[in-house]
Amino acid sequence: MASALVENHFRSNKLPHIWCPGCGHGIIMRSIVEAIDELGYNKDDVCVVSGIGCSSRAPGYMDYNTLHTLHGRALAYATGVKMANPKLKVIVITGDGDCAAIGGNHLIHAARRNIDITTVVFNNNIYGMTGGQYSPTTPTGEKGTTAPFGNIDKNFDLCNLAKAAGATYVARATAYHANMITKLVKAGMENKGFSFVEAVSVCPTYYGRKNKKGDAVQMMRYLKDSSVNVKAAKKLPKEKLEGKFFIGEFHKVEEPEYTEQYQKIIDSFQKER
Amino acid sequence: MENKNIKLMQGNEACVEGALTAGMRFFAGYPITPSTEIAEISSLRLPKVGGKFLQMEDEIAGIAATIGASLTGLKSMTATSGPGFSLKQENIGYASIAEIPCVIVNVQRGGPSTGLPTSPAQGDIMQAKWGTHGDHPVIALSPSSVRETFDLTIKAFNYAEKYRMPVMLLTDEVIGHMREKIEIPTADEIEIIDRVKPESGLDKYNPYEVNEGELVPKMASYGEGYRFHVTGLVHDETGFPSNDSNVAGNLLDRLMKKIDNNIEDISLYEEYRIDDAETIIIAYGSTARSAKSAVDMAREEGLKVGLFRPMTIWPFLDKQITDVAKKADNIIVAEMNLGQYVNEVERVGNKYANISKCCKANGELITPDEILAKIKEV
Repeated sequence: MASALVENHFRSNKLPHIWCPGCGHGIIMRSIVEAIDELGYNKDDVCVVSGIGCSSRAPGYMDYNTLHTLHGRALAYATGVKMANPKLKVIVITGDGDCAAIGGNHLIHAARRNIDITTVVFNNNIYGMTGGQYSPTTPTGEKGTTAPFGNIDKNFDLCNLAKAAGATYVARATAYHANMITKLVKAGMENKGFSFVEAVSVCPTYYGRKNKKGDAVQMMRYLKDSSVNVKAAKKLPKEKLEGKFFIGEFHKVEEPEYTEQYQKIIDSFQKER
Repeated sequence: MENKNIKLMQGNEACVEGALTAGMRFFAGYPITPSTEIAEISSLRLPKVGGKFLQMEDEIAGIAATIGASLTGLKSMTATSGPGFSLKQENIGYASIAEIPCVIVNVQRGGPSTGLPTSPAQGDIMQAKWGTHGDHPVIALSPSSVRETFDLTIKAFNYAEKYRMPVMLLTDEVIGHMREKIEIPTADEIEIIDRVKPESGLDKYNPYEVNEGELVPKMASYGEGYRFHVTGLVHDETGFPSNDSNVAGNLLDRLMKKIDNNIEDISLYEEYRIDDAETIIIAYGSTARSAKSAVDMAREEGLKVGLFRPMTIWPFLDKQITDVAKKADNIIVAEMNLGQYVNEVERVGNKYANISKCCKANGELITPDEILAKIKEV
C-alpha cells in the first residue's frame, strides 16, 4: 500500500520512477512533496518546472502543474510562469549539469532578481542521463567518462554561487538527511524571494562506479559521515572539519521580491485612472 | 466627419500596437538591433494594461519565459534579430511539439553571424522553416508596410492561438524602422482569436486529446485546476512521454496536419497587375515595395509585368505559386539574400515558367531600377 503522501501527491500510475537502484533522487523528490504537503498548499497552485537530466524527470511523477522543459532552461521558463501568474507556488527541480553548466546564466540572474521561485538542485556530481560525464560539481581529480585521467576543472560550490548571485535563502542537505531537505524546502517556499536548496544526491551507477565510492549504502554513509551542520561546525576544532562539507541553512535575508516590485509598477497606473 | 485614428508610426511600434490589440499581455526578450524598439515599447505599454514585461538575461531565456507565460494563459511574444533568432531555435521546437502558442518577431538584419546589424536582409527565410531540429509545423508571415506589420502581428497571434503553435513574424530592418502614416482600424474591423479552453469541471482532462476530426487540443492554463504535464519529449494525449513509434508517428502527423489541412486559412498574399502579365515578380517584405515600383515603371514602358507578393512565407503557397507559374512566361524572385525563397518557387514552378532571381545580400535594398533591369533581361 502506498502511503497517503504518495496517494495524494504523486501520479501513482506513473510510478515506479525511472531512476537506477540506489539513486538518491527518489528520496529528495519525496522530501519536496512532504514539504508541500506540510505547507498545506493547494495542489492546483503548485507548479514544478524542470530542465533535462535525471533529476528533471521528477515533475512527471508529481501531481501538480508540471513542466519538463529544455536542458538548462527550467529557471527561464519558471521565471515566465511566475511572472505571468504570481499566485503559483513555483518550484524548479534541476541537476548539477542542468543548473550550473548549461543553465548557469539563468541561475545567477534568477537569483539576482530575487524572484519567488524555490530551486532544488539534485546534485549527484555527474551527468547521469548521458552516462557519467564529469559535471561542474565533479570534484577536481575525480573521474567521469569524459575525464578518464581525472577532472582538472575546479568544481563549483553551488550554494556560494547562489548566495553571491543574490539568492535570499540558501541551504544544503543530502539524500541521507531526508527530513532536513523537507525542512529546508519548506523554509525556502516560505521565503518571499529566490530560494536555493542544494540536495546532495548519490549516483552509484556512474559517479560511484567510476570513482570507486562503493555501493549505494556506502555512498549514503559517506553523506552522513562527511557532512557537518553549519551551526555545529562553528563549535568544532579545525581538524574535525577536515574533508567535511557543510549542510544546513547558510543564508537568509529579506529583500524586495521581483513580481511584487513589478506589481507596484502596474498598480501605479491603476491609481492614475 | 468620421473620426479616424491616424498615426505616424514606425514598423516596430506598429508591431507592439498590433500585439496589444491582439491581446498580448506578456513580453520577454533581450536587446538586439534592429528589433530593440519592440522591447522598449512593450516595457512602456504593458504595465499600463496590467501586462508583464521582462528583460531576460539572454535570447534563450527571452523565448523560454515567453513560452512559460503562455502556459498560464497569457498571450505572449518575444522579438529578436538574426543572432538572437539563431539562439531561440531550440525553444521554437519546444513550443511546436508542446503546442504552446507564442509569437516570435524576427526583424531581419544582414548575416551570417553578427553580420550587418543595422542593415536590412531577408536571409532567415530558410532558418524560419528549418532552424530548429526535426520536422515541425511552421507559420511565418512577412509584412511590407507599417500598417501591414500591425495587421500581420494580430494575424500571428490569431494563428498561434488557433493552431496552438509558435508563429513567426519576419520583418526586416527597413520595415521595422520605417515610419509611415497608418490608420488604426476600429475594434469591429479586427478579428481576435483566443485559444479554445476545455470546459471546467471535467473528471479528466487530457491536454493533447483531440476529438474525432479535430486537430488542435483544447488548452487549459496552469493554476486553473487541471494539473497537467508538459514536455518536449514525444508524448501521448495525456501529455506524458512515450517511446512508442505509433504515438510518435501520430503526434508528428497531427502537428503537420494542423497546417496542411488549414492551408487556405493561413495563405495570405497580394496580387498586383498580374492578369495579363507575361513576367511576374515574386517578392515579399520590404523588397516587395521596390518590386511594385518596378512593375509600374515597366508598365509605363508597355511591358506586361505583375507582382505576386506572399505575406505568408511558410507554409509555402504551393497552389498560388503554381498558378502564377502557369500564368506567366517568366518569374523573377527578388529577395535580399543569395537565393532562398526562389528554391521553393523553382520546386513548384519550374515546369511551367522560366524562373530567375534578382538577389542581393550586401545590406542594401534591392532598388526598382535593379528589378526593372532584370525584367528587361529575361
